Parts: sequence; C-alpha cells; structure tokens
Amino acid sequence: MRYAETGFNLEVDLTRGNIERVETDPTLTELHLGGLGTNAKILWDRVPPEVGPFSPENLLIFGTGLLVGTPAIGCNRTIVSAFSPQTLLMAYSMMGGFWAPELKHAGYDKVIVRGKSPDLVYLSIHDDKVEIRDASHLRGKGSVETAELIRKELCDPRVQVASIGMAGENRVYFASIEQGKSSASRGGIGAVMGDKGLKAIAVRGTRDVHIAHPAEFMQLCNEVLDYIKIRRENPIPGVMPILAGLGSPQEMAVHDEKWHTENFSWGNSRVRRKDFWTEDVEKQWKKTLEGMRTRLISCHNCPMKCAATISVPGLPTYMMKCFSKLTYTMASMSDLEFGLTIAQKATEYGVDAFSAPQVMAFAVELYEAGILTENDMPGIPPDSEKRFLWLLDRIVRREGIGDVLANGTYWAATQIGKGAEEYAHNNIKKHEQLPLKLGMLNPIYFLMYSTGEKINITQIEGNFPQAPFATRDEREAFVKDWIQVPDERFKQYFLDWELRGERSIPNYPPAAATCEIVDWQEQMHYIDDATGMCAGLSSFPLKPPYHLHNLPTLISSATGMALDEDGLKRIAKRNRNLVRAVNIRRGMRREDEKPPEDHWKKRFPELEAALLDEYYKFKGWNRQGIPTRESLHDLGLGYVSDDFLKRGITTDDEASSSQATSAQPGQRESGGGEQ
Amino acid sequence: MKAEKKKKVVKTIRIDVDKCNGCRACELICSAFHAVPKYSSNNPERARIRVVHDPFRDIYVPVYAGEYTAAECAGRDKYTIDGKEYDECAFCRSSCPSRDLFKEPDSGLPLKCDMCESDPPLAEPMCVQWCLADALIYEERQEEIEEVEAPEEIEIGLEAMAHKYGWQKLIDTAARMLRKD
Repeated sequence: MRYAETGFNLEVDLTRGNIERVETDPTLTELHLGGLGTNAKILWDRVPPEVGPFSPENLLIFGTGLLVGTPAIGCNRTIVSAFSPQTLLMAYSMMGGFWAPELKHAGYDKVIVRGKSPDLVYLSIHDDKVEIRDASHLRGKGSVETAELIRKELCDPRVQVASIGMAGENRVYFASIEQGKSSASRGGIGAVMGDKGLKAIAVRGTRDVHIAHPAEFMQLCNEVLDYIKIRRENPIPGVMPILAGLGSPQEMAVHDEKWHTENFSWGNSRVRRKDFWTEDVEKQWKKTLEGMRTRLISCHNCPMKCAATISVPGLPTYMMKCFSKLTYTMASMSDLEFGLTIAQKATEYGVDAFSAPQVMAFAVELYEAGILTENDMPGIPPDSEKRFLWLLDRIVRREGIGDVLANGTYWAATQIGKGAEEYAHNNIKKHEQLPLKLGMLNPIYFLMYSTGEKINITQIEGNFPQAPFATRDEREAFVKDWIQVPDERFKQYFLDWELRGERSIPNYPPAAATCEIVDWQEQMHYIDDATGMCAGLSSFPLKPPYHLHNLPTLISSATGMALDEDGLKRIAKRNRNLVRAVNIRRGMRREDEKPPEDHWKKRFPELEAALLDEYYKFKGWNRQGIPTRESLHDLGLGYVSDDFLKRGITTDDEASSSQATSAQPGQRESGGGEQ
Repeated sequence: MKAEKKKKVVKTIRIDVDKCNGCRACELICSAFHAVPKYSSNNPERARIRVVHDPFRDIYVPVYAGEYTAAECAGRDKYTIDGKEYDECAFCRSSCPSRDLFKEPDSGLPLKCDMCESDPPLAEPMCVQWCLADALIYEERQEEIEEVEAPEEIEIGLEAMAHKYGWQKLIDTAARMLRKD
C-alpha cells in the first residue's frame, strides 16, 4: 500500500505508440519525495547530456507533487520537466489548476513521454484506459479551444486537459503548456511537447488517494485552514498590498497598479515611468478590469483566488493570473485594455507571458534602431498595439522574421547580429526575466538571480521580506509572530537591516547571513516543488501557513514515512543538488551565473564575486558552482560524483575542475544514441 | 401509521453560486470525511457534494446529494439566469439514472448527503467548514412538520414485495405457505 502517492508512473513512447504502467521504487520517495525531485532523478538517470531538447530521447515529464490529491490545502501542482530548447538546461516549469489531482485519482504520479509521434496526437487517460488518439483535427487550434473540443469529444466535462497552442506545435522556444487557469510557461516546454507531436494530455480519474495517518494529517490541515483565515483578517502592515496577504500577488483582484507601473520597466525593459499612475489611468484601468473580469477563481482545493475568468467583448473567454495582467500592457507601452485583449490571443497560441511580450518589444526596438528593417518586416504596422499583434501572429507561425524571434531574444540576437545582442539585455542563462531595473545592488537578490535553477526570480524569492522596514518599531512588530523562521537568528538579520547607513544594501546583510537567507528561501521552494504545494501558501508570501516546522509532519502523516525537520532539509538539499548536477552535466558553470548587467545601476564586482564564492562554499560547491564529491557523497549522490569524474567535469583534485562551456544550439536536434 | 405535527430542526446548506471560486474543496473534504476510517482516503467521485461547473460559461453550482430516484424525470429544460444558460439538472440533487453524479463508484449505490452526521456532532458539515469563499452556508431552521412514524423493517420489506407482485398475490402466497406448514 502506498500513501499520498499512487506508486505508478505512466510511460508513453510516442514513436512506437507504446503505453506502460510502471510501478515506482518507494525508496525514491524517501530520497526525493516526488514532483521535481523524482523528475530530476529520472532526467539524470535516463537522459544523457548529449541529448538535445528536440531529440526523441528528450523526456517530457508531467510529475505530480507527492501530496497532490490529498486534502493538503493548496497542494495541486504539476511539475513539468524536460530539457529546454531556449536555455538548453533543465526546464523548471510548473502549473497549478486541476490536472495533477485528476492524474492522481486516475492512479498515476507521473506521465513520462518519450519519442516522437509521426502525426499530431493527444493522450487520453481515464483510470486504466489510456489511449493515444488522433489530433489532426486539432492542429492549429488554440490551447483553450483544444481543451474544450477534447472535453466534448470525450463527452465528459470533468476531463482535465493540458494542451499546447500553435506556438507549441511550431516549436516556439517560449511556448507554454496551458491548462485552463494555469500554465507551465517557463523554459519553452510547450515546444518540446509540440516537437513530440503531442497536442494535449486529457485526464480523468475516479480512484482513491490514501492517507497513512488520517487523524494527525487532518489536524494539521485544519490548523492550516485556520491560519489562512487569521492571515486574511490580518494583512501584514507596512508592505504593499500585493505582498501583505497570501497567495500569489492578487493581481486579478487589485486595481491599484501604481507600484508595478512606476517601478517596473516598460517597453523592452527600458523605461521607468515615474508619474504614470494618475487618477485618470486608475479610473480607466479599473473600468477595464471590472468590465472584463467575470469571476475570481481558484486552483484545486485552495481558498486563494489568484486567477480570474476574463471575457473581452467579442473574444472567447479565457483565464488569467498574476503578473501576466501587465506584461503585455507594459511591453507594448499601451493600456490594460490592450493587455487583456492580446493576452487572450497569446493564451490560445500558448506562449509564456514573461518572454513573449519582451521578445516583441525587443523586435520593435530593433526596428526603431534600424537593425531590423522594412525588408525584415514587410508590412509592419505603424502603431505599437498593431505591431504587437502583427509580431505575435508571425512568431507563433514562425513566418518571416517570426521564425527568428520565435527563438527568444538571446538566440534571435545572435542570428540577427549587427549589434542586436545589446538589445537582448534582460536575460539570465538565455531566458527573459521580469522587466525590473533597480538602483542599488541587493546581495540577497544577487545570489537568487545568479544561482537559481528556475531562472525566474518570482519562483525563488519568498519568506524573507524583499526590503527592510523603515523603523525599528515596525521591524520588531513584524518579528513578534514570525513563527516561520528556521532559527531565531533570522529575526536578528531582519531587525538589524536598515534602509540607509551601514546596515543597508549592498553591504548588509553580510555575506554569511545573506547565504543563509537565500538558502532558506530556496529550500522552501524545493520542498514545495517536491510535494506539489503552491508557493502561494508556502514558499512565496510572508508568514505563510506552511513552513519548515509543520511540513515534516504533514508529509510524514500523509505518507507514513518517518520524517523530521532535519530529514526534510536533507531531502530539499539532495533535490537541489541533483537539479544542479543535471545542469552542470549540460555545461552550466559559474560564468553563466549572473543577473542581467543592467539589473542594478550600482554594481560591485568584487563584492559580487565574494558573495558568489561564499555561497558556493556554503552550498558545498566548488569555485565553478559544481557540487563537490564530498557534499554529493554526503547526500547519497555518490553516483553523480562518479559521473562527474568519468566525464572530466571534476577531477580527483577538486580545485582544478574543468571549464566546460554551455551547450551549443547545434545540439538541439541531436540524440545521444543511434536514433 | 399515524401522523402528528411536530417541531423539527431542518438542516440545510444555503448555496451562493456567485461566491463559488470553483476550488472543489467541498468535494474533496466530503469524500475524506465519509471514508472509513474517517479521512483515510479521498475521492471526489464518492463525494455527496459536487460542483457542477463550466468555467468558460461562468457556471459554478455546488449541489449536495438528495434522494435517490429510480427513474429519470422529464426535466430537460434550460434556465437562463443572469444571461447564463443552466441545464435543469445543474440544480437537481437526485441520484438519478440519467447522470453519473452521486453514485458510489464501486457499487453504483446512491449517495446522499447526511450533513456529516457524527458523534460528537460537528458544528457545521465539513464542506461548509472548508468553503472559505462562503459559497456554502449552513442553516438550521425550525419547521413544523408532519412526523411520520418510521415503518418497521418488515413493513418496508412487505411494501416492496407488494409493489412488485401486488397485494393479492402476496396474500395468496402467504396463505398457501401457511397451509403447507
């Protein structure tokens, strides 16, 4: 009997049309929990680093978190892993919604897809009945449209569908996998799905999910529910509204966008408009949102309403969440009405709402700079909104210049040349970032940006406040009921952190404390991504209901495995090192670990190098950011260390590790074997 | 069977479809509460409350299971409320042959909401407790109803047989069997 998990994966080979239900090894659950952890283990074991993202041997893994499908509130995430066509590293993408719990009830923890189908197909899972079905009639259809058509075809409104749109079919490097109100957007995994000829996975499950120690488990769930109510009544004072509550930033609910519109950058992450938020704008945007937003909605078993149904007059209804509300608006220098309108198309096409707007703004900037000309973009309209629509249509079809832009700003710039590289300025590890440009280097954020394997700041930051509070009194009030800290000393770090003077950024928190803070925040995310817990109730907001002190019991009472705080931290560390190892084996090194050059105006190269040195040491990595033999052996990852040695990634003398370069685009189509 | 007027507490759940956020926590916790042992498993298919939903038409109707009915009704009407079209079935609480809701998936037996009856009693049914959107509100009201005395087990059995074979045949058979003795 397996608890919380089902103990079975579905292995689907699209080349041969073969489907198998495979029992998993329970010791892997003890070592990695599930979700991201076991996804990474599978990628390490089964996909050698020579395999390109568009090789049939690249795996596309839909992994449910360990506690998904149990009554653990907010635990509903699907972690989708594959090698990314854009970063060429492991794509670290996830989605909430209803798909993962449905898969658990169908009797599977993961769907592992390999090979390539010669024709476009979709996978239909209904408990034991699993079929590869023809999807030729769905070619070119929108992601939402596809889901609705499949539900009709299968005559079951309760089928949960994860699907790609035209962008995925045409292997756009920032194509997403969409699932109603959620999407796995980062890293271009939609392109991998399209490359495999897989239009969608439809799931329906009617089986039980079991709990090992129900009484203990339910008591914790009820406590969490009570704490959510308390937090709802008591928003955190002194921080902006979107950081005061739980959930992901409540973008669909709030009207006040002063902070985002005046602090984030517009266009190709260039312009800050410090007096943008006027009364007129506020009135207009409020009218837009209230006119188009039908309902605030939630993911499976979660009281937070982070998403909304949006109905733009004359267009099909779609669902939206979080900061995608503003990315198109701000990149196109337009207004909310346009943002919500183009997002409808973008959702159907299935593109990442961080990368896509930035790619289009990049193209517009290149055009205005004369690097791209009328010859490259025949017929491009004169005004910004029409240009964005024009570009989006071409990108998802890979038509004309769209074929270049579909590779994202980094690869497009290398293809275009003529100095275009300067315009692809907001990337980390070839991946477009949040359009944020700030003044003074923040040591905590420096490390998170540089070393985060998600390559996406909003999914690395979390439980420690983003900025110091102005007065000592406010800080003292904040730490009074700060039960989530791993140790009392974290309260001191925060109490001593000031806006100005000696104890302010970039020199405070000092390197050692900075390492601990970054490590804590990251640890929380790695736990969540293994259990399938939404960051919005755990690793992301201030003072969340889930934390290091109640998660071990939640996991142990659900699964029956013995687990304490140290044990959980060890698993998080093991998973974190395994994900890093996967990327190290694909060529990632210290030189790749840096924020965009213009992220802060004031940079401190020596301090930054020292921070990175200190953090690598803290993590048990060598100067290149490669986990050392000792730390790998400590975590039971001796086989990783052996592989590093065999491949010459490390040598017996740890200090003289090799300096491999990042994987090259030529490898994108290649397979490791004879295929 | 004699009937008399009695005061009785009627337990109901008031449903506000506008407040439903579609999270389906009610389904989940209902099935967990009714698992044996309690909370040892969950499965929305076994839930006695289901959210009839169609997100793209903004339809969210939590419905909790009522009586079993042996035959489907003639209700195929559509209701338009606030510009949204609902099937009549969306509001129906019956476990009915024409739909797959409210049937125990293993046995096919009908499921019915029992307001989470338990000892000691809960303050509110679990679905209400877990609905932080306040779409489900528990209400008790006093009602004067005609209390019908509960029939004895043998009466239920006899009535069922009479329903199937008719009273005359039942009496004849009983008489014949008595004679044999």
